[in-house]
Amino acid sequence: MRRILSVFVLILLVLSHARAQSDSSKHAAKRKPFYTELAKAPPRAAARPNLLESDPEAVAAGAKLFAMHCAECHGEMANGTRRAPSLRAGQVQSATPGALFWVLTNGVVRRGMPVWSKLPEPQRWQLVSYIKSLSNFASQGP
Amino acid sequence: MVTYDHYLEEPGSLEVEYFSTFATQRAGNDFHSFWAEFEYGATAWWTAELYLDGQTTFNDSTLFTGFRWENRIRLLQYEHVINPVLYIEYEQISGADKILKEVEGHDVEADEVASNAVAREEHNHELEFKLLLSGNVKGWNIAENTLAAKNLTGGNPWEFGYAVGASRPLALKASAQRCSFCRENFIAGIEMYGGLGNRHSFGLRETSHYLAPVVAWDLPSNWTIRISPGFGLNDNSHRFLLRWGLSREFPGFGATLGRWLGEHS
Repeated sequence: MRRILSVFVLILLVLSHARAQSDSSKHAAKRKPFYTELAKAPPRAAARPNLLESDPEAVAAGAKLFAMHCAECHGEMANGTRRAPSLRAGQVQSATPGALFWVLTNGVVRRGMPVWSKLPEPQRWQLVSYIKSLSNFASQGP
Repeated sequence: MVTYDHYLEEPGSLEVEYFSTFATQRAGNDFHSFWAEFEYGATAWWTAELYLDGQTTFNDSTLFTGFRWENRIRLLQYEHVINPVLYIEYEQISGADKILKEVEGHDVEADEVASNAVAREEHNHELEFKLLLSGNVKGWNIAENTLAAKNLTGGNPWEFGYAVGASRPLALKASAQRCSFCRENFIAGIEMYGGLGNRHSFGLRETSHYLAPVVAWDLPSNWTIRISPGFGLNDNSHRFLLRWGLSREFPGFGATLGRWLGEHS
């Protein structure tokens, strides 16, 4: 009986969390954007150049990685969703490659973005190359 | 397979896994233990998991052996050279549980000799804490886990254990094409784990230890296959363990469920 009760409590916890996530996503659009995190990159990290800037395949590889790991929250076109901001926004496109790499590496844990240091460094630079390439298209961000 | 790194499930994602361990058993029947695992990213700093355990002992029987509720909590906001994660688990399992998810205290091969009918009569409620330390160096992930567990039934002492591991993708750069067999989809590594005795007899005496190479294959379709042959390092260890697992990740599960609940309330 205790076993059944414990499983029941666990299921209740997951359901209540899912409900809370639904409510929080309704309010996500009202929250201040996450872009301020970019300014928190230490100067040395922000100044790092993209090691794969001249790699002709970096953008295509970054696009593939984006579709696999980022599109779920940032949207397939990186325009942002209720869960995460647009990466076409001016704040992102004007950020240095190093600052973008720093945010990717460290995530924004308190606001729901996981750390992505589980991707090897070259893959994170490929993602930076792809995000930066979005500035070649019309900005549709806020 | 046994050693945890510091990475948690992405928030709102659900990972469902089937995991299996075959073990040889001297002076008894070989066995095949298995679990179903439901891992959910509650936040970017908290992952919760439910395990349902079972086992088949050859020439004996198959039975459900209990459940585990596991939580991993990231302790620091930013990445560092060493990243600590706190692991808290509650287990309600029978003495017939053989999944060997970790090795602790004086766990030895002889513990699994008893028949299922006898072993299932023992009921354990256990609390387990781990400090997971992990970091990355030149594409390698190196992780160390220290374990302390307390069986809440009876007057059992705290038991201790360890696991260390290192792993690396076969390629650090991603290829431009979507592919299943690209080198970056394969991760190879090695781990070692074992018991460290208990509060009254801390150390390596009467403990078991294993060394196991590990290979994981991440498919673009969110499936992952993992396999690890493990080798016992002393006479107290099973001579051979073969672990393998198949998992599927469901990104955005929490948001989907949340929308569904919102529409139906």
